[in-house]
Amino acid sequence: MEKRNLKAWLYLLPAILFLGIFMIYPLIDVLIYSFEEGYNSTSETYFGIGFYNYSYVLNDPYFLQAIKNTLILVGITVPISTVIAIAISVCLSSIKKLRNLFQTVYFLPYVTNTLAVGLVFMLLFKPTDYSPGFVNLLLGVFGMTPVDFIEGPYWAKMFVLCFYTVWVVLPFKILVLTGALASVKEDYYNAARLDGTSSFRIFRKITLPMISPTVFYLIITGFIGAFKAYNDAVALFGTELNVAEMNTIVGYIYDRLYGEGGGYPSFASAAAIILFVIVLTITCINLLISKKHVHY
Amino acid sequence: MKVVLENLTKRYPSRNKRAAGDVIAVDHFTFEIPDGKLVGLLGPSGCGKSTTLNLISGLTKPTEGSIYFGDEDVTKMAPEHRGVGLVFQNYALYPHLTVMENITFPLENLKGKAKLPKAERERRAREIAALVQIDSLLDRKPSELSGGQQQRVAIARALVKMPRVLLLDEPLSNLDARLRLQTREEIKRIQKETGITTVFVTHDQDEAMSISDLIVVMKDGVVQQIGAPQAVYDDPANLFVARFLGTPPINVFEGCVKKEKLYIGGKRVLDVEGADDGEVLVGIRPEGFLPDEKGSFSCTLSGIEVMGRDVSIVSTHKASQNATVRAIVPSELGINTASSEVSFSLKPSKVYLFDKETERRIGFAFEGDNDTQKESSVGFVGKILGQLFKRGGK
Repeated sequence: MEKRNLKAWLYLLPAILFLGIFMIYPLIDVLIYSFEEGYNSTSETYFGIGFYNYSYVLNDPYFLQAIKNTLILVGITVPISTVIAIAISVCLSSIKKLRNLFQTVYFLPYVTNTLAVGLVFMLLFKPTDYSPGFVNLLLGVFGMTPVDFIEGPYWAKMFVLCFYTVWVVLPFKILVLTGALASVKEDYYNAARLDGTSSFRIFRKITLPMISPTVFYLIITGFIGAFKAYNDAVALFGTELNVAEMNTIVGYIYDRLYGEGGGYPSFASAAAIILFVIVLTITCINLLISKKHVHY
Repeated sequence: MKVVLENLTKRYPSRNKRAAGDVIAVDHFTFEIPDGKLVGLLGPSGCGKSTTLNLISGLTKPTEGSIYFGDEDVTKMAPEHRGVGLVFQNYALYPHLTVMENITFPLENLKGKAKLPKAERERRAREIAALVQIDSLLDRKPSELSGGQQQRVAIARALVKMPRVLLLDEPLSNLDARLRLQTREEIKRIQKETGITTVFVTHDQDEAMSISDLIVVMKDGVVQQIGAPQAVYDDPANLFVARFLGTPPINVFEGCVKKEKLYIGGKRVLDVEGADDGEVLVGIRPEGFLPDEKGSFSCTLSGIEVMGRDVSIVSTHKASQNATVRAIVPSELGINTASSEVSFSLKPSKVYLFDKETERRIGFAFEGDNDTQKESSVGFVGKILGQLFKRGGK
C-alpha cells in the first residue's frame, strides 16, 4: 500500500510542482502582499502589517466606481446573455434547414479578432467628424437625439459595454447549449408529445431541467468571466478607464500595478483579494441555489 | 377499441441519392386488431415492426393507407389526439421527476373541461400505481429504481390517461432474463385487467409466443403470417416463419419429393401424400425426431446436451443447411452415445416442406400418428398458400 502511495505521488508530482509554483505560491504571495503596509517594490521593504491596504482601497473612489461598474456589468450581462443564448439555441435546434449556416454565423464572433470587433463597434457607436455613428443614425431615423456612446453620459457607455459583453460571450454559450440540447433524447419529446404536452410546457418541464447542468455551468462561468472583465472595456474606451468612469475591478488592479497610478502592489493585492472574496461568495450562493434547480 | 390497419405503407427516401428507389419500412400492412387483445409484432431488427408501432401512435406519418381506431379514421390525426399510450424501449421516464410526477405528467396536460384537480390526478396515479404494483415507490426518482420497476412506471404513465390503445416498443429488451419472464406475465395480467387493446413489438419469439393473443410475423416490411402463437408455430406459412419461431430453431434439409415420397440425402424418410415431385426444402422441428434404431433418418452423432427435462441430441447430416442438427427428446429415452450414428423416425406433423425457390410452404397429407383418421399437417393458411403457389407454378 505504502509503495503504491509513493508511486501515486510521483505521478502527481509534475502537476503539483507546476500548480504550486505558478498558482498556489503566487496566490499566497498576493495574500501576504495585501497585508504588508507601505511596501516598496524597489527596496522590497515595508513598514508594518495590517489592514491599511484594504481600508485604503475600499475608500478609493476609483475602486468604488470599479466595483459599481463590475456589479452592473455582471448583473445585466449574465442573465441577459444566458436567456438569449438559450432562446437562440432552442430555435436553432428546432430548425432543420440552414441550421449549419446559422450555427456558423452565431459562432463567428468567437473566432473573430478582437481588434476587428472593436472597429465594428466603433463604426456602430463612435461619432466621428464625418458621421455620428450607425446607431445614432438609426436613432435619428426614429426622431431621437443622438448620444455619444463612447465619451458621453455614463448610462450610454455602460449600455455599450454591456451590449459588447453580451455579444462577445454569446457564441460560446450557444455552442455549448446546442450541444446540450442535442443530447436530450428524442424519446422524451415524443413521450411528451403523445401526452399532448404544449410546447411551452415541454420546454419548461423537460428541456430546461434536462439542460440545467449546462445552464448552471454557463451561469457560474458567466459570473466569473464578467467579474474578471477588463479587456472589453479597454477595447471600447481605451486605457484611461478611470477618467472614462468605466473601470472594472480587474482594471483597477492593473492600474495599481502598472497604470498611471501604478507601483502599488499592496493595493493591487488587496483589491485582488476583495475580488476573490466576492467571486467566491457569489459562486457559493450559486451552488446553494443550484441544488434545488439543477438535475444531474 | 379495435384497431384497423389498411394498406399501411411507409417509405423513406433513400439516404444514398444515387441509389434509386425508396426504403420501404412497412409494405401494405392490412390487419384488424380485435378489441381488447394483446398483439405481438414479431420480426428481426429492421423488419418494420417499430415503424408500424410509430405509425399507429401517430409519431410517424404513413406514406399510404389508413388507420382506424374503432370506426374513427385517425390516419391524419395528431398523436396527442389519438389517445394512445406508448411505452418506449428505454422507457423515456423523465429523470428529474419523481415516479408520482412522471405518472401524473400526462394528466397535467389536460385542459378545459377535462382538467383535473391535483387531488384527483394523484388519486388516479395511485390507482394505476397499485395496478402495476409500484405504489410504494411513488416518491423515488427513476434512477433509484430497478429496470423492472422503471418498466412498470413507464406502463403506469402510459395507462394513466386511459388510452384507447396501448403500444409497447420492445418492452422487455432492457431487462435481465429472470425479470423478463416475470415482467411479461405482468404485462399480460395488466392488459387483461384493463382490457385495453395492446400492441407490442419484439424481436424475441419466446416473448411474443408466451403472452400474445395474436402474433404478426414481419420481414422486410412485409407481413409473413398472422395468427395465434401456437397456430403460427404449428403451421408456418413459409420457411422464414418456420425458422424464426422456435428455440432451438427448426432444422432445414435439402430434399426432394418423388412419387409422394420424401427423400433426404438420397434416403426415403417419409410419405408425403399430395406433394408434387421436385426439389424441396424440408424443415423438421427439433421435437419432430424420435430416436428409433430402425428409423429411416440417420445422422452422425456429435454429442448430447442434457437440459434436465429434455435431452438435446446434436448431430450432423450432409443434407442439412444448419451446421448441426438438433433433436429434442425426453430424457427418459435412452440414447446410445457409444454409437457414432443416431437414427430417427420422423413425426409427420413436425415436418414441413417448402418450395426451394419461393420458400413457400407445400402442403401434404399424412397418416396421423395416433388418429386413425387422415389429417392434414397444413392448416388453413398453409393450405391457401399452397394452393396459390401451385396455381402460380402452373
